[in-house]
Amino acid sequence: MTYTAKSSTPPPGPGLPVLPAVPAQPAPPPGPPGTPRALSPSPAGPRRTAFAEGLDQLRSAATTEPGRLRVIGALLALLVIAFGAVTAWQMTERAAAADDVLTRSQPLSSDAADIYRSLADANTAASSGFLAGGQESAGTRDRYERDIRTAAEKLVNAAANAEPGSPSTATIAELNRLLPEYKGLVERARTYNRQGFPVGGAYLRYANEKMQQQMLPAAEDLYKKENQRLGADYAAATPYPWAAIALGVAALAALAWAQHRNYQRTNRVLNHGLVAATATATVVLLWLVVGHTLARAGLNDSYDHGVRSLNVLHDARIASLKARGNENLTLVARGAETKKVGEETYDAYDYDFGTDIKALATHLAAAEKLADDTSGERPVTAAVGNMTEWKKRHAAAREQDENGNYQEALDRVIGTEDATGECFDSVDENLRTALAHEETEFERAAGDGRDALTGMPAGTAVLAVLGAAGAVLGIGRRLSEYR
Amino acid sequence: MNRPGAKGGTTVRNALRGWGGVTAMAVVCALVALLALCLPLTTATQHTTAANRTAQTKAEEDCEAPEKQTLSPSSSDGDTIRTIKGRKGGKRKLIVGVDQNSYRWGYRNPNSGKTAELEGFDIDLVHRIAEDILGDPDAVQFKAIPTDQRIPAIQGGRVDMVVRTMTINCARIADVAFSAPYFKTGQQVLAPKSSPVKGYDDTLADRKVCTAAGSTAYSTLEADQKAGELPASTDISTTVPNQLDCLVRLQLGEVDAVVTDGALAASQAAQDPTVQLKGDAFTAEYYGVAMKKDADDLVRRVNQILVDYRKDTANGWQASYDQWLSATLGKDATKSEPPAPQYLRTP
Repeated sequence: MTYTAKSSTPPPGPGLPVLPAVPAQPAPPPGPPGTPRALSPSPAGPRRTAFAEGLDQLRSAATTEPGRLRVIGALLALLVIAFGAVTAWQMTERAAAADDVLTRSQPLSSDAADIYRSLADANTAASSGFLAGGQESAGTRDRYERDIRTAAEKLVNAAANAEPGSPSTATIAELNRLLPEYKGLVERARTYNRQGFPVGGAYLRYANEKMQQQMLPAAEDLYKKENQRLGADYAAATPYPWAAIALGVAALAALAWAQHRNYQRTNRVLNHGLVAATATATVVLLWLVVGHTLARAGLNDSYDHGVRSLNVLHDARIASLKARGNENLTLVARGAETKKVGEETYDAYDYDFGTDIKALATHLAAAEKLADDTSGERPVTAAVGNMTEWKKRHAAAREQDENGNYQEALDRVIGTEDATGECFDSVDENLRTALAHEETEFERAAGDGRDALTGMPAGTAVLAVLGAAGAVLGIGRRLSEYR
Repeated sequence: MNRPGAKGGTTVRNALRGWGGVTAMAVVCALVALLALCLPLTTATQHTTAANRTAQTKAEEDCEAPEKQTLSPSSSDGDTIRTIKGRKGGKRKLIVGVDQNSYRWGYRNPNSGKTAELEGFDIDLVHRIAEDILGDPDAVQFKAIPTDQRIPAIQGGRVDMVVRTMTINCARIADVAFSAPYFKTGQQVLAPKSSPVKGYDDTLADRKVCTAAGSTAYSTLEADQKAGELPASTDISTTVPNQLDCLVRLQLGEVDAVVTDGALAASQAAQDPTVQLKGDAFTAEYYGVAMKKDADDLVRRVNQILVDYRKDTANGWQASYDQWLSATLGKDATKSEPPAPQYLRTP
């Protein structure tokens, strides 16, 4: 940094001048020579406002160079500080939303899907137990108990994270009320079943009705609400911080103009303070744009390759559960419910099974398309295979039932060998693996996104303060030349 | 009636003068008094009750003793039976609508050890019919049918027949054909032992009563309430797919009493020692096998089977009663025995 001695104004003496008071103070120097105290209020006129007085003082100050310099310094410092503040504010918001995506809303959305899954699975396990007649197997009982436990745990978690008074809270309270009711009905059904009374089956039907008509719709509602929250968090984390960027560009432009002006007046190329201010503002702007772009990329990646896959897989798992439930109910109801579609009359539960299997196929196809690596694709492909086998075995079981071989049909659905139950379990297991994989993918991408914002609010704020100080110092340096 | 302003007058008005007028007034007064007495009970339903009554009397005129409106027995095969016999391979079975929730009538005993077999009094009869028609008692495809789906299932051809504690009544014989009666029962009230409900009477006021949708119990309650025989405050709006579901509602305290056939009510009481039958049966009803309206040969065949079934003491009606129903309905079967069949229907 060298000063080119070309100026008309005498250069300052060696050594740093004593800094003037912060130039941001609005008071102009008292009565600079050559400037008459402008427009002093006439005694007859009305009393002028403080604002008007200040404006006048500013105007009078702006007519002298030191006055102008003070105003410029104040504006520069203000711009840089504003840039820093808006950056810190906008990025705090985005960082918080990104953190919510990773640590709150996505886990909660997954939890809500798990609640639905556990409830539906518990209901299926209970009806399988009934189908088996007599004493249900230890496996079925364990499965039922585990599902109820999972649902209860996840409900507590969801309740802890729900905002008080939100619609989710009402849904969670409803589910918390229904779960013990449901369990009570199933326990009564078991007791009567043990005594050999058909009223046990009636209790199970009542429990099933409660599950299908009240609990599962509530759980689905919760899942939708949590998903909306996840969407809202994504929407809060990804948009460009335009206000901060615009202020940054404005601050840089102002700094450039101030330096250009300085150069024209003094013929000096560089002013230390202003250069430092420019440098920090540039760093802040770059950090802001690059950091946010990275975060955005990470988050978008976590959405495209994480959340979308997870949603599709959750949907697939729920479809397979519904299909299994309806397959069981076809045998429990034994033709009691029919449905008329067009001219044809179908068994209501078997018809629903067909719909569910179709939905499962659609979701699995979508999941295969979304899977972006082999370890994500493998379990989905396996699940597709299981589903094909399931359909084949189901058709065979239905044929037996249609021919009146109820026991044979039962064996083919809940039996231990070559039953459709095996296929369902495999589909479920494969989907579980795929879900775990996509969950990791999501966490990695969303974690990357969130980490790109780490320290940005605080860092940019500190840099902005430094930049403002630089601007003030730089202007002060020039100002001292008038002392 | 003799208004001062009325001049001249028609013959009617003339007739109303003197004794005729006095009598007419007396009749009107009596009617008004009668109406005033009935009013609190029937105001709301007057019109419908009247309409219903005429409809009912008309139906009853056409339908005297519905249990006798069946065809005479015969063992010969007709079109319906030939179609059943003509079913191929695994499908050569009699398709029968039954109940799987009526304890000792048609149900799955979880502890029977025979896995998924249905058993009970109705099921025995089904096996007997299958044995007679197809030569194999197990050549049956059971379909579980909810109470209000019995008639649609027959009409839609989803089942060959329904053997499911189905009461023969005038409304139903318009839609399906019944066999001769195979069991006698009547509607009864079931309530907890501690309940103040004493029977089918005013103790049901302000109580909730559960019935199966589409059952005789429900239509009886509905008609009786309209006729004022059942307190208007009795809530009969709870209907369920199966009479057994009523026991669930009763145990959960959602209803105060159940009305169903005595035979089924006894089955419910057998599953829960804290409830009991209250009062006597307040109707007389007969169970019959229901078939398609035009399946004349099948109706005749079933009637023939029923004749033999009643005669067969070793493996017939009596043996089945002893096995399934004596525990809940008493050792003496006389009050459950159907009357000697009469075949008044002509094709």
